[in-house]
Amino acid sequence: MASVAMTVNGKSVSGDVEGRTLLVDFLRNDLRLTGTHVGCDTSQCGACVVHVNGEAVKACTMFAVEADGAEVATIEGQANADGSLNVIQQAFQDHHGLQCGFCTPGMVMSAAALLKDNPKPTEGEIRAYLEGNICRCTGYHNIVKAIMAASGQDVATIAAE
Amino acid sequence: MPKDSGIGASSKRREDVRFLTGDGNYTDDINIYGQTYVHFLRADVAHATINSIDVSAAAEMPGVVQIFTGADFEAVGGIPCGWQVTDRHGEPMQEPKHPVIAHGKIRHVGEIVAAVVGESLAQARDAAEEIILDLTELPAVVDMKDAATGGPKVHDDLTSNVCYDWGFVEENKGAVDEAIKSAAHVTTLELVNNRLVANPMEPRVAVGEYSRSDDMHTLHTTSQNPHVIRLLMGAFVLGIPEHKLRVVAPDVGGGFGTKIFHYAEEAFCTFAAKAVNRPVKWTSTRSEAFMSDAHGRDHVTKIELALDADNNFTAVRTETYANMGAYLSTFASSVPTWLHGTLMAGNYKTPNIYVNVKAVFTNTVPVDAYRGAGRPEATFQLERVIDMAARELGVDPIALRRQNFVTEFPYATPVAVEYDTGDYEATMAKLEEIADMGGFAARRAESEKNGKLRGLGVNCYIEACGIAPSNLVGQLGARAGLYDAATVRVNATGSISVMVGAHSHGQGHETSFPQVISEMIGIPEDQIDIVHGDTSKIPFGMGTYGSRSLAVCGSAMVKAAEKVINKAKKIAAHLLEASDADIELKDGTFTVAGTDKSVAWGDVTLAAYVPHNYPLEDIEPGLEETAFYDPANFTYPAGAYACEVEVDPETGKVTIERFSAADDFGNVINPMIVSGQVHGGIAQGIGQALLENCAYDDDGQLLSASYMDYTMPRADDLPFYSVDHSCQTPCTHNPLGVKGCGEAGAIGSPPSVVNAVIDALQSGGKNVTHIDMPLTPARVWDAMNNA
Repeated sequence: MASVAMTVNGKSVSGDVEGRTLLVDFLRNDLRLTGTHVGCDTSQCGACVVHVNGEAVKACTMFAVEADGAEVATIEGQANADGSLNVIQQAFQDHHGLQCGFCTPGMVMSAAALLKDNPKPTEGEIRAYLEGNICRCTGYHNIVKAIMAASGQDVATIAAE
Repeated sequence: MPKDSGIGASSKRREDVRFLTGDGNYTDDINIYGQTYVHFLRADVAHATINSIDVSAAAEMPGVVQIFTGADFEAVGGIPCGWQVTDRHGEPMQEPKHPVIAHGKIRHVGEIVAAVVGESLAQARDAAEEIILDLTELPAVVDMKDAATGGPKVHDDLTSNVCYDWGFVEENKGAVDEAIKSAAHVTTLELVNNRLVANPMEPRVAVGEYSRSDDMHTLHTTSQNPHVIRLLMGAFVLGIPEHKLRVVAPDVGGGFGTKIFHYAEEAFCTFAAKAVNRPVKWTSTRSEAFMSDAHGRDHVTKIELALDADNNFTAVRTETYANMGAYLSTFASSVPTWLHGTLMAGNYKTPNIYVNVKAVFTNTVPVDAYRGAGRPEATFQLERVIDMAARELGVDPIALRRQNFVTEFPYATPVAVEYDTGDYEATMAKLEEIADMGGFAARRAESEKNGKLRGLGVNCYIEACGIAPSNLVGQLGARAGLYDAATVRVNATGSISVMVGAHSHGQGHETSFPQVISEMIGIPEDQIDIVHGDTSKIPFGMGTYGSRSLAVCGSAMVKAAEKVINKAKKIAAHLLEASDADIELKDGTFTVAGTDKSVAWGDVTLAAYVPHNYPLEDIEPGLEETAFYDPANFTYPAGAYACEVEVDPETGKVTIERFSAADDFGNVINPMIVSGQVHGGIAQGIGQALLENCAYDDDGQLLSASYMDYTMPRADDLPFYSVDHSCQTPCTHNPLGVKGCGEAGAIGSPPSVVNAVIDALQSGGKNVTHIDMPLTPARVWDAMNNA
C-alpha cells in the first residue's frame, strides 16, 4: 500500500492505495466521487475523463499514485459556487446534449478542456476533439450543438431541437 | 407559438441536473456495508466438455469468501425464455436448458464457468487465476447454415440445432409461390443483417442483498424492467415469491434492448448474497459485456420481390436464418418471428407475403432484441430489394415506393397486423423538402469535381410499437401479459407523485410524463414527480422496450389520472354544493359550469386528506388511483429517410454528408426529446451500416470484444441530422394518440445508407448492386474493384 495525497475539486484528500489502484477507482471507491464513470477497459470511451493539473486525462489510464500531489478536478466540482450549472453544463441541458447521462461527465470535462484551449471551436474541431468520448444515446448532434452554444456561437441555424 | 409547458412543449429535462453534476445514482454507485465482490471466470473456448474444475488452490487465496461452480446451481432453475414459438408444422420450438453457471459443457466464449466471491474485486480476480479447468475442446459451430444442416450440435439433448422452422402465414405459401411464378419481374437479393452489440455506455451491474431476519432478497440491477426480472428470476430461477424479492433499477445508463433480459449474473448475485450472507456486487467490464450481453440482429436472408407489368408489388417471399446463439435469451425467439415477419408488408399494399425463418443455435453469445428488434431486419431487406428492383426496372426508387404505398386506413396486411393510421405520402413529401432533393444534382456535380462519388439513398419504414395486446401475444406464444400500470398519488397539498411501470434510462420520462399530467390537471410540471425502477414502490409494470413507454404506460397513467380527476370532481361538487356533472377542471381550478363558483385544485386535494367537510358516506378520503392498461392494438409509427454519401473511389471510404428523417409518431409530447431519440437511433443505424460488426472466427472466438475492435460511431463519423415529426396521424386506440419514437431511427436508417452508397458507386460506372453491412472502406473498395 502507498499513501497518496492530492487536491480534488479544491479539497485536500489522502488515502492508502495499492500500486495497481487506478485514479478512477480511487475517486469512485475511496472518495465516493461516483460522478466519474467507467465505460470500458481499453481507454476508449472517455466516461472517466477528469482534469489533472488542468489537463483532460482518462482516469482509468492513470494510477492513483501518479496523481500524488496533483490538482484533480471532477464533474462534482464543475457547477458554479451557488450550485447552479456552469456554462457548459447549462448548454448541455438547454440543447438536450445528454440522455442516459452515463457518458455526460466525461463529455462535460472534455468540453471544458477543449474550450480552455480553443474558445470558439468549429463543428469539425469539436467532432475531432471528441474522438475519445463515446456516446451511444445522442448521436452527438446535440452534444456538438451544446458545446458550440457554450462557446458563445449561434446555433439557431443548426437543425431544430 | 410553441408551448412552454404541458403536451407539445420542449420542456427541459429535469433529470439532466443530477447527470450533469455527477449526482446520478447508477447501480455501480451503490455500495452496501459489508459487500463482497464477485469475479466470474468465463469460458475462453466456444465449445467444450468440462471434465473437472479444481478450485482448491483458488480457495486458499487471500480474501476469498466462497467459490461457486455449476454444481452449486443444480437445484436451481435455468434462465427462462419468455416466448414459445410454434413452428410451421405446429410443433413447439426446441428449448434448451440455460444454466446460471455452465455445468458439464461450455457452449460459448464468455459463458460463466465459476464465480469467485471475495473481500475485494482484485482478490476475487487474483483467486480466479488459480482455478484449474480440465476441458475437452469440441468442434464449434458458428455459421448458421452449417448449424442448420448437421454441424456440431450445441445441445446434445435436442434433436438438431434448429430451434424452429417458422412459416408465416403458412396457409398463404401456395398463393405466394404462384404469384412469384407468374410475375412480370422478380428481384432477388441475398443479404446479411450484421450481428451487433448494443453497447449502452453503462456496463451491466448487479448487487444482491439478503436480509436473514425477514427472508428478504433485494437485487439492484441495470434493468429496463425490474418487474420482469422479479418475475423471471423469482418464479423460474430461484423460487423466491414476489413479496420476498425486491428488484431496484436506479439510474440506468442506456439499454437499447440489451438490459431487458434476465441474465445469469443477476440470479447469481441474488443467490450468492444468501449463501454468503453478505451483499454480493458484480460490475461488468466492457470486455465481459461484449461476451455476455445479448447480441442483436444476425440474420442471413434471401428475399424475392415480385412485380406485375405495371410495377405493382404482387408478392414478397423471404427465407431467413436467424441466430439464437447458444441459448435462448428472454425474448430471443420472438424477434425474428412476431417482430419481423409481421412487418414484411412495410408501407406497401403487397397482397401476397410469405416469411420463413429458421432459428438456429450456434456456439456464440445469445442473440436477442436490440433497438428495433426484428423490425430493422424486416425494413432493411424490403427497402433494399425495392431499391434494387427500381434499378433493374430503370424507374425512380421514390416513384416506385409511392406507387405501392398503402393509402387507405385502417389497412389489414397479409401478415396479420392492422395499421390504424398513417400517411406515407405526407412523410415522403416532407422528406423531399427537408433533404433538399432538388439540390442533389448540384451537390453531386460538386463532389465529382473533387474526385468523389456522391449518392442519394431513400427508404421508408414502418414499425409496430406499443407492445402489446396481451390476449393477442398470448395466442402467439408470449408467456407474460404485456400491459402496463401506473399509480397517480395526489398529496394533500396538491402535488403529485406518479408511480410508473415504465423505466427511464435516457428517454426523459421524468420530464415528459409530468407534462401529460400537467396538461390534464392544469398545475405546473414541477408539482409532479415520477417514481420508477423499484418493485417496492410502483404497482406493477412490464418496463421499457419496443417504444412502448408512453403508448402503454403513459396510457395507464392517463387512465389513473382520469380516475383521480373524476373523484376530485365529486369532492369539488360537494365543496361547491353542486352536481358532479356540472364540475369542470381547467388550469388547476374546478368551476361549476356557467357560474363563477370555483375551488382550487389544492383546496380539493386538502379536503381529500383532511375530510372535515367531506361526503364520507359516498366516497373514501384520500386521492390516489391506480390503472392497468392493456393496449387494443400495436401502434404503427412510420416515415421516410434519406441519406447522402460521398465515396472516395481511391479508398472506398464512405462519408455521410447529409441525413434526413421525416417521421410520423402520432401526437408528440416533448418535441425536443423526440428529436433526440431519433438522432440516437440514426447514429446506431449508421453505425450498423458503416462501422459496427460483431465478428467470430470459425472456432467461435469472439474477435471484436473491445472498443479497439468493435467500431462504435464517434462524433467525427456523423453529421448534423435534419429530423422532422410534423406529419402526425394520431394513433386511434390509445388516449394520447401517441405511437412511440425510440426505435425509429435505428430501423429507418440502414437501408438509406446502403442505397446511397450503391447509388454513388453506380453513378461512377461501377456495376455494384449490393454490399453487405458494414460498408467499411475495405468492403466498398473490394466491391468497386472486383465487381
